[in-house]
Amino acid sequence: MWVALCLSCSMAIFGQDSLRVDTTRIYKIPEVSVSAQRFMPKSVSPVQILSGTALENLNSHSVADALRYFSGMQIKDYGGIGGLKTINIRSMGTNHVGVFYDGIELGNAQNGTIDLGKFSLDNMESITLYNGEKNSSFQSAKDFGSSGNVYMQSKAPYFETGETYHVTGTLKAGSFWTVNPSFLWEQKLTEKVSLSSSVEYLYTTGRYKFTYQTLGGYDTTAVRQNGDVNALRAELGLYGKVTDGNWRTKAYFYNSERGYPGAVVRGKFTHEDRQWDSNFFLQSSFQKAFGDVYSLMLKGKYAYDYLHYLADPNRDASLMYVNNVYRQQEVYLSNANRFQLFDFWDANLSVDVQWNGLDANLYNFVHPNRYTAMGALATAFYFDQFKCQASLLATYVYDKINTDTLSAANQFHLAPAFYLSYQPFKKIDLNLRAFYKQSMRMPTFNDLYYTFIGNVYLKPEETTQYNVGFTYNQPFDGILSLFTCQVDGYFNQVTNKIIATPTSNFFRWTMINLGYVEIVGTDVMVQTNFTLAKQISLNARLNYTYQQAHDLGDPSSPYYGGQIPYIPWHSGSLVLNALVNSWSFNYSFIYTGERYSASANIPVNYEQPWYTHDMSVSKKLTWKTVDLQLTAEVNNLLNQQYEVVRSYPMPGTNFRVIAQVKF
Amino acid sequence: MKFRKALFIIAIACVAFSCRKVLPPQPPMIDVVDTAANLSHIKGLYVLNEGNMGSNSCTLDYFDYSGKYTCNIFPTRNPEVVKELGDVGNDLQIYGSKLYAVINCSHLVEVMDAASARHIATIAIPNGRYLTFHNGKGYVSSYSGPVSIDPNARLGYVAEFDTASLQVTREVAVGYQPEELVVVNNNLYVANSGGYRVPNYDRTVSVIDLTTFTEIQKIDVAINLHRLRKDAYGRIYVTSRGDYQGVGANTYVIDAATNTVSDTLNFAASNLCIAGDSLYFINVGWNNNTGANTISYGLYDVKQKRQVATNFITDGTEQQIKRPYGITVNPENHDIFVSDAQNYLVPGTLYCFTAQGKLKWQATTGDIPAHFAFLKK
Repeated sequence: MWVALCLSCSMAIFGQDSLRVDTTRIYKIPEVSVSAQRFMPKSVSPVQILSGTALENLNSHSVADALRYFSGMQIKDYGGIGGLKTINIRSMGTNHVGVFYDGIELGNAQNGTIDLGKFSLDNMESITLYNGEKNSSFQSAKDFGSSGNVYMQSKAPYFETGETYHVTGTLKAGSFWTVNPSFLWEQKLTEKVSLSSSVEYLYTTGRYKFTYQTLGGYDTTAVRQNGDVNALRAELGLYGKVTDGNWRTKAYFYNSERGYPGAVVRGKFTHEDRQWDSNFFLQSSFQKAFGDVYSLMLKGKYAYDYLHYLADPNRDASLMYVNNVYRQQEVYLSNANRFQLFDFWDANLSVDVQWNGLDANLYNFVHPNRYTAMGALATAFYFDQFKCQASLLATYVYDKINTDTLSAANQFHLAPAFYLSYQPFKKIDLNLRAFYKQSMRMPTFNDLYYTFIGNVYLKPEETTQYNVGFTYNQPFDGILSLFTCQVDGYFNQVTNKIIATPTSNFFRWTMINLGYVEIVGTDVMVQTNFTLAKQISLNARLNYTYQQAHDLGDPSSPYYGGQIPYIPWHSGSLVLNALVNSWSFNYSFIYTGERYSASANIPVNYEQPWYTHDMSVSKKLTWKTVDLQLTAEVNNLLNQQYEVVRSYPMPGTNFRVIAQVKF
Repeated sequence: MKFRKALFIIAIACVAFSCRKVLPPQPPMIDVVDTAANLSHIKGLYVLNEGNMGSNSCTLDYFDYSGKYTCNIFPTRNPEVVKELGDVGNDLQIYGSKLYAVINCSHLVEVMDAASARHIATIAIPNGRYLTFHNGKGYVSSYSGPVSIDPNARLGYVAEFDTASLQVTREVAVGYQPEELVVVNNNLYVANSGGYRVPNYDRTVSVIDLTTFTEIQKIDVAINLHRLRKDAYGRIYVTSRGDYQGVGANTYVIDAATNTVSDTLNFAASNLCIAGDSLYFINVGWNNNTGANTISYGLYDVKQKRQVATNFITDGTEQQIKRPYGITVNPENHDIFVSDAQNYLVPGTLYCFTAQGKLKWQATTGDIPAHFAFLKK
């Protein structure tokens, strides 16, 4: 197991292998080798991957923390381990990001937001970000549906000859009284079927000191309160192989209680409201090739999400009493068919159907049901130096509500995408690429039906993306063993953007299709690998993003054209990793430049840049068949007091130690 | 040479990655918007900008009749006050030599020196709404009355504080989610909204005897009450916001002599100001059918008991105003001030009109300009 992980630790973020592995032969590759392969296939769409030990080395608590190391990605972090963390790709908005767990999308028809702070890295094998869509025509219709996609892949069991089981026990402990034990057990049941079971528990008080001060003015330090989390995650997966194919099925359960740490404003540094979540899903997938021409993929999922929010004036006299329970259900079925017509041409037809239902104990609640059908036609051509992929996605949405009031009109939407990649010189691993993609997001149940706020006349919000870029890879025999870089420039338009607007007074807002945003940006990634001696290697990875995201919604506003809230012009990260025998040293730096908390780019809305330095050291010990790994981390080394979102202070210097045993 | 190059790159990097520092208090922004005017009693006008909830961006502006408009004066005048003025300003009044601001989500009343806007004290009032004064006492309405067994049936209350000691002296429970209040004939009237209890809105005005500080009567008016203003004839004007759906907004008159509803005015007012016999009102009403706000202005004569104008702006400036939000009238020269909250997310605008309704000047304010207090000489 270590061998595979070490391989992936020196992973490249982007293309190297000129074989079209991903698109044509994925079902013939054992599970683990997909994630442990050293190089990514050449990609027609911009892709970034973190996997294996590179992922483990990032001092990250959650998937959201790890995603900060990707270019073009903005995270809204409401502080601490328990605070909400949402992502936004290339400034197009959270609702335009598809988040997939083990190949099937995580849904939230209520508000369209996935809290990636809730997904632990404990059993995660890889996290992959695609701008546009995955580098394959053979996928479900849903995979074509979002402007950008994040794929989280959990660890799948892989056994060397003679192995029948793996056990991994991990204990993480650190600042804020964080205790985070986890346990992974993988068992080979038969030659063709194996099982993986994982359990994780997380407790933290979420208490940390933070400071607010002005020059020559006030200087106050307090402790963040009500950021506690008590969470249990359990997963059970079965993985099977069939001739020319495989199947897997997974049951996922997550249960948590947490406080809302809330905004820190004058006179109100602590909050008392609480939230309980239970999430359950059962999902299965199957894929198989029938001969050389036809391949089939089937997926299915049932999900149940329970959310209980309580603001109790008995605990805090200033609170308005709110005691809301929301129950969401989702059923999803997908069928994809691929036809490999020639060696250089394949075509894919996929059809997805989905039902979403929401139940809530709100006044005048309409209990919406949504039926979605998606069909995608995709094709790809592969030549030695030229590759292209095109797709057309049709989406039909029908909403039904349980009252006699109006529901949203049925929506039919077509979204094309087109990708090109070209290698001008046979001997130089330089690839040029370009893509164009349209996509839309449906208004959420909250947008349409939330009592008072909802507006059933909303149209879908649409994005159009134009991207040009290149990748360049150069391996060397000397000390510098690999240089790779990837640069993309893009222009995005978000039209019919759904924004909240006040109605007759401050307490009554509604949603309207008024926003228009134009985004111009560039994402740059550079990675170098140095091999200093046989047992000493050094990797450096640099990411940089520049973005202008103009709010062009209201030409009559004096703030027309302002940078949209919380999008920095400059952001980036640097990660250094050194392996010396069994020691591993890691340093990471994250920088988010100046930005504004509102589209009025004026001094009162100015947010200062923030940047953190994180370090860790790790040592591996082996005793007979038992591997032990000990890690010590220090995060925010210089104790910077910063906010990602105004009034939500972030933790200063904090520590974590990790002990992991594998056998 | 290499060393120089490295230095150059480091210098560039330092500029690009400009460093994080402790910032000074937010500076005021000064704009000359008018020529100087010399009034015999009024020196200037304070403007309280509400700011959006959770953003801690309530700010205080000051217009001086020398012609200068200054945005955000509080932080530099009170650098020692932690986290500035606070979160969501909800009312502003001057009484005696002190300036009082109710900061709703900071759960306090900020007490300042009226002449200098220097911090004097705070009075802790959870979820405070509006203020009024009488005989050396201040009265604040608050949503946060005694917690009851049924958490949906929690009354609001009014706190009385002494304007000398700045201590709360008495409290009395009133209706649900009380809003504005006035004192007439030693009685305190409080408009109850019931806004937390949709669809079971409150529909009463509570009457509190100031001697015993007990609720002596509840006057049934209409659902979701908000504004409460008095004229010189012992009449009280109270606005109902309706339910934003079937039941429309309206304005009612209470006769303080009999404590009964004496008149229905049949106009909706989201805000109003009474100066002499003139009742100026503005209204923003959401129309579900058009998906847009309908905006109206009007002038009602409280002596003649009739609406005398459908607009008090006479030069077409109302076309520029996106969401009229606050209104006040200078009692001395009858300048009319109307604030525009824009889309609530960007700085607002304050318009000053002559008594004849012609635009004199306009100024950029903080976020959601709403409440006013005239500073006397």
